[in-house]
Amino acid sequence: MKILALFHTQDDGSLPKAALEVLTTAMAIKEQTGGTLAVGILGQGAANAAETVAGCGAESFLTVGSEAVAQARYATDTAAATALIRDSGAELVLAPGTARFARCLPGAAHRTGAQIDTHIVSVKAEGGQVQAQRWFYRQRILGTFSRAARPWIMLADAGVNMPWHGASGAASPKEVAVGFSDADLRTSVTGVRSPAADAQTIKPDAALLFVAGAGWTKKQKDGQFHIAEAGVLIQDFLIKAKSSLGSSKSLVDLQSEGQETLNFMTHMNQVGQTGSTPRHAKGLSACCHGEEPHAVGWRFINERRAINLDPNCGWAQGKADVVYVGDAFEIMAKVNALLS
Amino acid sequence: MTDGFQIVVCGSLVPDPLQTLEPLTTPQGPGLKNELMLPSVLDPWSAHALFEAANLAKQIAGSKVYLVSLGPKAKLQQLMMTVAQKVPFELVAIDGSASGFTDAHEAAAVLAEAVAAIPGLDKNRLLVFGGCASASRDAGVTMQLLCERLAIRDFFAGVDEIKVKPDSSFEVLERIEGGQYQVSVCKGAPAVLAWATGNLPEPPNNPQVGMVNMRGVMPALMKAKPSKVGTGGIAYEKTEVPAQKRATRIVKDVGADQIAAEIVEWIKQ
Ligand SMILES: Cc1cc2nc3c(=O)[nH]c(=O)nc-3n(C[C@H](O)[C@H](O)[C@H](O)COP(=O)(O)OP(=O)(O)OC[C@H]3O[C@@H](n4cnc5c(N)ncnc54)[C@H](O)[C@@H]3O)c2cc1C
Repeated sequence: MKILALFHTQDDGSLPKAALEVLTTAMAIKEQTGGTLAVGILGQGAANAAETVAGCGAESFLTVGSEAVAQARYATDTAAATALIRDSGAELVLAPGTARFARCLPGAAHRTGAQIDTHIVSVKAEGGQVQAQRWFYRQRILGTFSRAARPWIMLADAGVNMPWHGASGAASPKEVAVGFSDADLRTSVTGVRSPAADAQTIKPDAALLFVAGAGWTKKQKDGQFHIAEAGVLIQDFLIKAKSSLGSSKSLVDLQSEGQETLNFMTHMNQVGQTGSTPRHAKGLSACCHGEEPHAVGWRFINERRAINLDPNCGWAQGKADVVYVGDAFEIMAKVNALLS
Repeated sequence: MTDGFQIVVCGSLVPDPLQTLEPLTTPQGPGLKNELMLPSVLDPWSAHALFEAANLAKQIAGSKVYLVSLGPKAKLQQLMMTVAQKVPFELVAIDGSASGFTDAHEAAAVLAEAVAAIPGLDKNRLLVFGGCASASRDAGVTMQLLCERLAIRDFFAGVDEIKVKPDSSFEVLERIEGGQYQVSVCKGAPAVLAWATGNLPEPPNNPQVGMVNMRGVMPALMKAKPSKVGTGGIAYEKTEVPAQKRATRIVKDVGADQIAAEIVEWIKQ
C-alpha cells in the first residue's frame, strides 16, 4: 500500500507536533501493511522541514514550498495538497487535523477523487484492510469503519499518538510544481489576531483544563453578585496552575446576551456539544452543573474533578471522579493561596 | 457596494443535544434508536450561520437568505415551526436522511444540486453559509465538498465574523489553534463560509416573521425532492457508546481548607 504522510509547516518553518504524531501512525501502518511511505509537506520552509524528519525511513519526500503557500489560504493550500497527493500516487493519506488542513484537505479530496474522514482517533491495518475509528454525534457514539475506495484521506485528531522523535538528515525532497491561478489568490491572509499574552486563556498543551460554569455569575449566599471577584479568582488560578480555560455554554451566552459576566471569556472557551472537546490530562470544573452536553466536552479529559454547592449536580452522576461539595469562591481562593 | 448578496445557508436537523442517543443497526447502516421520534433542533452551528446570514442581509440592501435543508420531510416540517419564527428566509427542502452516519460526499452532492437549482442564482452575489461541522456527523468536510462542486475558490472554516467593505470585499475571522483568529480579506462573492458560533444571540421568536416564512415553507416542503443519501463508501464495522460511568467520590461536610489542599496536591501530582 502506498501511504502519504501529509504535513504543513508552521509560521516558523517547523512541523506542528500534530504532524509528528501522524508520522508515528503512518510508520505503524507502513509496517502493518508492508507498504511504502512518502512524506509530503506544504508551506513556507517545506524543504527544510523535510530534513527534520529525514530519519523516519520514508522512501521519498515531496514538498511545495512556493510563496503562494506561505499563507494558510484555502485555494492555494488545496491546489498544493492536490498536487502532492497526485504526485505521490498514494492510496492512503494520513494528515494532522490542524485548522489549516481541516480547512483545505476536504477540497483536495474532491479534486483527487478521494474519500475523506476527519477526527480519526485510531487507524489500524489488519490483513491488508485498513480500519479507522472516529466519534459521531459530537463524541457520543464511537464508530469503527473502513472504506474500499482509494485514495482515502484521514485527518487524525491531535493528542492521540506519541509524536515521532528521530534523526534529521538529508531528505533530498522533490519540489512538486503547482499551477496556481489568479483565481487562487482572491483571498489574502492579513494576519493572526491573538489575545494579549496575559489574556491567552486557551492552552491546548496545558496539563489541566479549568472549566467555569454560570454559577460564578449567579447571586451567592449573601444575596449579591460577585462577578468581579470571580474574574480575579479564575484568572489568578489560570496563571498559577498554568491551566487552560473552558466554559459552559450558559456562561458564555450571558455575554452575547449583553449581561455582565466574565469579560475574558469568549465562545472560543466553550466546551461541549457546540463547543470544543479538548484533550487534557486533568480537568477541574467549578460552578458548573455538568449535565450531558457538557460531559461531551469532557470526553477526552482523563481525570475529572468538580466543585459544586449541589451534591446532586450532574457531575455526581458518574461523570466526575471526585465532586467537592462546597463554595467555589471560598475553595478557589484557598487553592490560589496554596499555589502561591 | 453590490446589489446585495444571495446568502444560501445549508443546515439541517440534529437530535436535541439533551437526548440520550443509542446506536442500532438498520438495513441502511447504523442509525439511532427511535430516530424518527427523537425531538430535533436546527443543527447548532448552522443555526448560527442562519442568524449571521439574516443579520448580514439586513445590513446590505437587496440581499436575500435561503435555507437549504436536507432531512426527512416530516421532521423538517416540525422544525420549521420554530426556526421559521427566527429570521426571514426562503426554504429549499430536500427529503432525505439527516443521519450522522451518512457519507458527507453524498450529502454534498445533493446540496450542490439544490443550490445550483435555485432560480435566479447569481454567482457573483453568492455567499454560501453553513456550520463548521454538524452535531451529527461532526466531520467538517461537507461545506468544502460543496464549495468544490459549485466551483467556488474561496472557503473559510470556523468563521466567527464577516465584515463587508464598501467595495464588496470582505474580511473574515476564522478560528485557528490556541484561541486565535486568522484574519483574511477576500475580493468578494462568491465564497463559502462554514461558521462557528459567530457573535449573535439566538433571535427571539417573531410570529410575524413566522407567518411570512410559512407561506413559502409549506410549498417548499411539498416540492421537496426525495434523495437517497446514505452511508456511501463507508463500511461500518461497529457503532457503540462506550461505558463511561465513573465511580464518583463525593466529598462533603469537609472544610474549604482541606478541599483546597487536596485539589492542589492532585494538580501537582
Ligand atoms: C443545542 C444546545 C447545545 C448546547 N451545547 C452546549 C455546550 O456546547 N456546552 C455546554 O456547556 N452546554 C451546552 N448546552 C447547554 C447545557 O444544556 C446547559 O444548559 C449548560 O451546560 C449549563 O451550564 P452551567 O452548568 O454553567 O450552568 P447552570 O446549569 O446554571 O449551573 C450552575 C451551577 O453552578 C453551581 N454554583 C453556583 N454557585 C456556586 C458556588 N458558589 N460554588 C459552587 N457551585 C456553585 C450551581 O449549583 C449549579 O450547579 C447546550 C444546550 C443546547 C440546547
